[in-house]
Amino acid sequence: MNNAKINKAKDKAFQMWGIFCTFLGLVLLAVFIGAIIKDGILRIDWQFLTSLPSRKPENAGILTAMMGSLWILGLTAIVAIPLGIGAAIYLEEYSKKSRFASLLEINISNLAGVPSIIYGLLGLEIFVRLLKFGPSVLAGSFTLSLLILPIIIVATREAIKAVPKTIKEASFAMGATKWQTMWNQILPASFGGILTGVILALSRAVGETAPLIVIGALAYVPFTPSSPMDEFSVLPIQIFNWVSRPQHGFVINAAAAIIILLLVTFTMNAIAVYFRNKWQKKVNW
Amino acid sequence: MLRAKEYIIEKVLFLCALITILTTIGIILVLSIEAVIFFSEVSIIDFVTDTQWTPLFTKKHFGILPLLSGTMLTTLIAIAVALPIGLSIAIYLNEFSPKGFRKSIKPLLELLAAVPTVVYGFFALMVVTPFLQMIIPGLSGFNALSAGMVMGIMIIPFVTSLSEDALFAVPKSLREASYGMGSTRLQTSFNVTVPAASSGIIVSVILALSRAIGETMIVAIAAGQQPRLTFDPTVPIETITAYIVQVSLGDVQHGTLEYRTIFAAGITLFIFTFILNNISFFIRKKYQQRYE
Repeated sequence: MNNAKINKAKDKAFQMWGIFCTFLGLVLLAVFIGAIIKDGILRIDWQFLTSLPSRKPENAGILTAMMGSLWILGLTAIVAIPLGIGAAIYLEEYSKKSRFASLLEINISNLAGVPSIIYGLLGLEIFVRLLKFGPSVLAGSFTLSLLILPIIIVATREAIKAVPKTIKEASFAMGATKWQTMWNQILPASFGGILTGVILALSRAVGETAPLIVIGALAYVPFTPSSPMDEFSVLPIQIFNWVSRPQHGFVINAAAAIIILLLVTFTMNAIAVYFRNKWQKKVNW
Repeated sequence: MLRAKEYIIEKVLFLCALITILTTIGIILVLSIEAVIFFSEVSIIDFVTDTQWTPLFTKKHFGILPLLSGTMLTTLIAIAVALPIGLSIAIYLNEFSPKGFRKSIKPLLELLAAVPTVVYGFFALMVVTPFLQMIIPGLSGFNALSAGMVMGIMIIPFVTSLSEDALFAVPKSLREASYGMGSTRLQTSFNVTVPAASSGIIVSVILALSRAIGETMIVAIAAGQQPRLTFDPTVPIETITAYIVQVSLGDVQHGTLEYRTIFAAGITLFIFTFILNNISFFIRKKYQQRYE
């Protein structure tokens, strides 16, 4: 074999390796999910969805955890979406190219890299203790809001950047103010991109476990939250609690709860990808 | 009237942006205040040199080294899995694969990062560990190996997506010059595009490292809760993050020394990820416009 042939063969070999790697993660994920479905699918029934936690695996259910997750999702959305979009608009359209602007920028990129458990420590000291919210839904939502803020800000800025300058200039030329331009032109035009980012950020919040454990959310809460000041549990914490128990019945419960959790996060991701594609197609400047 | 409204809106938006600064200040203040009190009771020399971490026992030792070694061990295993696979995927998608394939596979790969980490923890403990035990007989039920490997799978998309962006940004002319010299796609990748995109690839690895160091639930579930100074991947260990979870689950009283250990551990974690994040930020800023 001459050199050229050897090189061609190496090239082909790497191509095979590349295909192998690309599918490795996905195949493993599929295997994992398959194993989980096999363990847990039969456990999902009306009783499982509507029961309170229990010491007996066959009586236990995910009602409180599911309601807790819904509360957290709702409150986090209310807090994080306006703050995140507001901050992004400020950074993109209002802040001059000053030292402060670049400080804000480094800061946000840093916050995006802070481990989620550190946000838990922040929430524990500030929201739970200093502001005396206790380990409540409110404290949990505020903590998660700070956690997903950088994601929403980055996505919103990207979406705003993608709107062509001409639109903005046309609006200014008509005599519109900065905010009128923002509200009537730029925000509607970047809506799809912002929505994608927001949904992805919220799906991250639904799956978060560590910061909520740190602020003191419990696995065993015998009631569903009825106000933001109530104690709560969420699905991931319930799963974590069940995984750490020795009885086999709880492992089955954990698998069943994981199926529900994955259903939620995958649906949210699918919606996000759908909006991204739809928006990219429609807006062809 | 209109001007007043514009003024108020600008101030409100500014406050939104200010929250991000306040968050950083809050994190630093909270961690350092509790840590300062902690270090007034425990000598910082002991903290970094003692080889035992037993704050919850009667005979207390406060050496962070066992937690650090556990964190490093799982992180290194994760990177050893994620770097070769993630980089190979990036090279393959950029230089080899058909265009349409790349577009449709990317959202699927992102899915790997969208799975909640508690789910990965379950995988590691219930699927990967029993499987590895068939190959490695002495493997303990909780170990760094399976936790690290599963973490590696989770961070593949981090390595792939940033490396891919960096490879994509390499100008076509460089690539075509290499093909013009008669190079194969593989030779072009490793001799031209990968070196040209090296800063971006390094950034992706640093960010993946920082992500792995801060990862909590996988190690809390699958790696065990036994802080020990070892690099043996087959025995139970404990990471910094898993320790914080362990204490948070117990009933440690607020204001005690045990309670403050989680902030001492937290600030150690924060310093490591902070340094890594800033290195990556500056590499990115510095090399961003090299080809424009």
